[in-house]
Formats: sequence, C-alpha cells, structure tokens
Amino acid sequence: MNESINKTIGVAFCVCLICSLVVSFSAVSLRDLQNENKLNDKRIKILQAADIYNPDEEIKDQFLKLETKFVNFETGKLMDTYMDFSLEEYDPILATRDSNLSSKVPTSEDIAVIKNRENIGKIFILRNDDYSINKLILPIRGYGLWGTLYGYISIENDFNTIAGIEFYDHKETPGLGAEVDNPKWKNLWAGKEIYQNGEVSLSVIKGKVDNNDKDAQYEIDGLSGATITSRGVTNMIAYWFGESGYSKLFKELNYES
Amino acid sequence: MFEHYLNIFITTVFIENIALSLFLGMCTFIAISKKIDAAFGLGIAVIVVCLLTVPLNNLIYNYILREDALTWLGIPGTNLEFVELISYIGVIAAVVQILEMFLDKYVPALYNALGQFLPLITVNCAILGASLFMIEKDLLFVESIVYGFGAGFGWALAIVVLAGIREKLKYSDIPDGLKGLGATFIIVGLMSFGFMSFGGISL
Amino acid sequence: MNLKRYKEVVLKPLIDENPITLQILGICSALAVTNNLSVTLVMCVAVISVISFSNLFISIIRNYIPSSIRIIVQMTIIASLVIVVDELLKAYDYETSKKLSVFVGLIITNCIVMGRAEAFAMKEKPLLSFFDGLGNGIGYSIILIGVAVIRELFGSGTLFGYEILPLVSNGGWYMGNNLLLLPPSSFIIIGLFIWAIRSIKSAQIENDEFEIKPHSTVPDLTKREINV
Repeated sequence: MNESINKTIGVAFCVCLICSLVVSFSAVSLRDLQNENKLNDKRIKILQAADIYNPDEEIKDQFLKLETKFVNFETGKLMDTYMDFSLEEYDPILATRDSNLSSKVPTSEDIAVIKNRENIGKIFILRNDDYSINKLILPIRGYGLWGTLYGYISIENDFNTIAGIEFYDHKETPGLGAEVDNPKWKNLWAGKEIYQNGEVSLSVIKGKVDNNDKDAQYEIDGLSGATITSRGVTNMIAYWFGESGYSKLFKELNYES
Repeated sequence: MFEHYLNIFITTVFIENIALSLFLGMCTFIAISKKIDAAFGLGIAVIVVCLLTVPLNNLIYNYILREDALTWLGIPGTNLEFVELISYIGVIAAVVQILEMFLDKYVPALYNALGQFLPLITVNCAILGASLFMIEKDLLFVESIVYGFGAGFGWALAIVVLAGIREKLKYSDIPDGLKGLGATFIIVGLMSFGFMSFGGISL
Repeated sequence: MNLKRYKEVVLKPLIDENPITLQILGICSALAVTNNLSVTLVMCVAVISVISFSNLFISIIRNYIPSSIRIIVQMTIIASLVIVVDELLKAYDYETSKKLSVFVGLIITNCIVMGRAEAFAMKEKPLLSFFDGLGNGIGYSIILIGVAVIRELFGSGTLFGYEILPLVSNGGWYMGNNLLLLPPSSFIIIGLFIWAIRSIKSAQIENDEFEIKPHSTVPDLTKREINV
C-alpha cells in the first residue's frame, strides 16, 4: 500500500513540514549569535592590527574605543555620512561589485590587482584623550599567489610609521605564503617606515634584512619560499599608500593639524 | 570582457581544479577511473550537469535566497540563506532526473552512453561543491555559466587523466597491499601536487 | 535485544569494513580538512552526529517511505540535519566553521551518509541503525584523525596548536615538513594507511586485473640466432 499517490504525497508533505520546522527554528533562534560572531571576527582583527586587543575584555566594548569614518579616495576627506549607508553596515568589499559605488582601476595603475576600488572607503581611528589622532587602522588588499589577501594595517600619527599588520582572509600556500599569519613575521612590521622622500619605499625583500643597511627601516624580511606572496604584499603597500590609496587622506589630515 | 571569462575558465580548470585542488567528487573519481571509456562518459555527464545546475543555483540564490533578494516581489527584508543547501541539492536532484528522462526519450544513443552515470551524480560532491564555491565567490550570472562549465571540464580532465594512468598501471608489479586502491590514492596525491604548479598563473 | 549484533555493527566499520579505506566512501572531506587536529575533530563530530541521527530518523519512518520518492526523502532528512549542524557551528564555534567553509555543507553529499541510509537504515530497526551510523562515523573519524595527527605533528610541529616539536623558524630544532602542510599529502598518507591495513588483513587485497600468461611456446635456445 506504500505506493499509492495519496500516500506518496502525504509522506512527502509530512517530511517537508517537519524538516522545514526544524531547520527554520534552528536558523532563526541562532541568527543573532551568528551575526555577533561574524562582526566580532572582523573586530578582533582590527584591534589586533592596532595592537590594542585584550582577549579578556568584551570585544564590543574594546571596539568602542575606535572611531569609524568614511574616507573619500578622490579628495582624501573624512566623512560621517555617505548616501544612506550606516557606518557600521557599509561594506567596502561589497561596494566594489557595484559600478555606482566603485571605479575600475586602470590596468597600468593596478599593481595590487584589485580590479575595482570602492569610491568611499571605511577606516578606523584610535584617538588620544585630547582627541588628537593616535593611530589609523586602514583596510588593504591585493593579489598574492592563489588569491586576494585581505587585511588591516595600522599607522602611527606621523602617517609614516607602521604600528601593526593583520590579514583576515587569504588563500596562500600553507607553510610558505600562509606565513603572513606568523606572529613573528607580523612583529617585524612595527616601527618600519613607509615613505622615503615622499615615495612609497617599504618593501618585502628577498632573504633577511641587514640591520646595518641604510634602507633597513624600509625593508621587511622575505617569506622564505614565497616570493610571489612577498611581492604581492609589497605591491599592496605600494598601491594603498600611493596616490590612488590613502596618501591624499594623509595630506588632508596633516593639513588639518 | 572575453578575457575576463577566459580568465575564470582557466582558473577553474587548472588553478582551482575541482578534483585535484579542492578534492571534490573524490568517491566517484576513484571508483570509476579504472577504464578510460567509463571515465570519459562520467566526465561528460559531470560537465553537462555542472553547466546546468551552477547557473540555475546562481539565479535561485540571487533572486530568492539572498538577503533582500525578494524585493522584486515586493517583499523586502528577507534572508533565506539558511535553506541554500537543501535548495541546491533539490535543484541538482531534479536536473539529473529531468535530464535522464529527456535523454531517454529524445537522445537514446546518448542515454545509453551516459545513462548509467547520471544517478551517481546526485551524490557527487563536485556538483554541489561547484554551486557552493560559486556562491562563495559571489559570481554574476554569466560568470556562473563559465564557472560551471570550467568546474565540470576540470573534473572531467582530471578523471580521464587518472584513468589513463590506471590503465597503464595494471601491467606493473605493485606490492600486494598497495594494489588497486592504495596505489590510486598515491597517484592522485602526486597528480594533485603536479596541479599545484599552476598556482600564480594569471591572465 | 541482541548485544552481540550491536557490538558487531559498531566495531566492524572501524577496521574490517572501514568506509574510507575499503568502501571508498566519503573521501572528499577527508582531505581538505586534515591539516589541523582541532578542526578535524570538529568535522568528525559533525559527521558522526549527522550519520547517526539520519540513520535513526530514516529507520523510524522506513516502513512509511514509498520507494518512488525514497532517495529524495533521505536527502531531505540528511540535508536538514546538516543545516542544523552548520547553523550550530556558526553560532558556537565560528573560528572552526570559517576554516571548514563549504565542507560542512558537503556532508550532505558525503556518500557514507547516503550509503548507510540506503544500505542499512532502510532495512533495520532504529536503535541498531543508530549504532551502525555511530560505528561508520567513528571508522571515518579514525582515518581522518590519523591523517590529521601525522600532518599537524610533522608538518607544523604542533598538536591542537600546542608546540610539540619546536620549529627552526621559531628558534627550535625541528625543520617542519612543508609537504605535509599541503592538502595533497593526505592522499599519500591514506594510501599508506591502506597498505598498512591490507598487510595485516590480507583478505582485503585486490586481485590483479591483469595476469602475465606463461609463454605459449617454449623457446628453443639451441636454435637461437646470435647476432655477431
């Protein structure tokens, strides 16, 4: 009797009903927790890049120390409002998929191979008690060996000295390019300088940096066996701190202060 | 524009080969690779099904499941992403079933060649995996067609190559315990290392 | 209640009928998620729970499923379980779920789950099916954990992220084997596992597909021409 049409439809209906109830219940009841996790995951990386992350403290509270701002790449000006986006919810990476919100990077300038750059970026500012800037935390991205590396870099208030770097997403080879996540390597970045006579000079070199070299403060140890990833990171810095990246923002901020 | 699509195709076939770099569809990959004929038939079936299901799932994701996707129906603020897995597998099962009936009725010659492989495909993770990776990459509709074709083609290429190696391998004298399955695993490992050398190629 | 039967369905899939090394089922996920032991453990728990509960539920309703929609009913149940597991992971262990990415979703097409539902749960009693799922899930996990231990220990010198063999790059003495960090190495490790298991359990050895026949004519060596 299992094969009658009524029974088939009945069983299919019951199975669907029960399964959809279970699935919807779990999805809806867990959604808040999941969204919180997703946000915290990025927040931790931002805090780590600025080197102010404290694992014992509530992440949400720590993140309140940072001020979020929109930045216009064309003018270098900071903004509080942009269309009807909220500062929390605007996602620059999503914006690159929308031709109204982003512009195509000409191939000749596209050294970091990002293809499209958002018109308006989103940056984080750590202020001192007297409201002067302490650190800037800037999102960067660029192509490595297997795919795009996404990360944050933080800059001291001279807009030249690096305070820290952190990658939150990449597909580099484990053991070679993926060493961008190695804390030892990331620690090499703090204190290095980006601009030499107004030009972006910081680069990830091949092999170890010779500390007696006069250019040592513009050089980072290479990742052994990961030439292409190292080159990708160098290009990323060159692009994001160049004319089409944050350099206009730095000029604007220097002018203000 | 053409260059962009070619780039997606080359990337999916070689750099992110669905069998040898992402390790999807391994069960059938290893089980049905003893003979080149069978491997070729299965490969073609995977290409066809990928080519159909990936763009279809792309439409479903973009117009039904995605956050705020139902705005075109006048229902804003929805987010049905939690049913994506079940929708995709449903689409795949349905496409395979319809394809089977269609081939049986209109192209019996092709049905005889592919028919036996089609049921295997519903549970082939390469197909579901291709759809899931397409969502992760957030591709547009036309891109997803290229991606679907590339994913299927890459898988087919890999299984035919493996079958070629295995056909030759049966004449060799392998230690008893390693015969068959063991040797196949090691060969796939070596092939996969070989495919890693495509890393870093960009057009 | 037949305790012996329960013992059998749990223990058999561990080595004798291991889903990965003998039945060639569920290999896909075995490879991509084994470079780190803690991620692997989470994956194993996810697979074990999906397979046991799908077996249980399918077995409960086995007498009511019309055979024409059998596969799709099984699929629906399995997919729902996988979605629940995926949602739970995203909520309570976001780090790991990010690392597992699409591979949690791919448990749906893990052939072990479908295979056991079709071959066992459709015929046997619920509780027995549950234990069969448990056994197969554990059999799968044994191989996965074995591969993960080798890859993490010798690849990056750690287990569960704790340093066991201090790496040269961190000032220790052990030069990490970078080959093991790459996903393809798990194929080779599983290949060697199969060799080891079959050396002990010789019943699993596959027959030659091709045998060299003896010469059909015996060569007459006295008449052999010698090229000078």
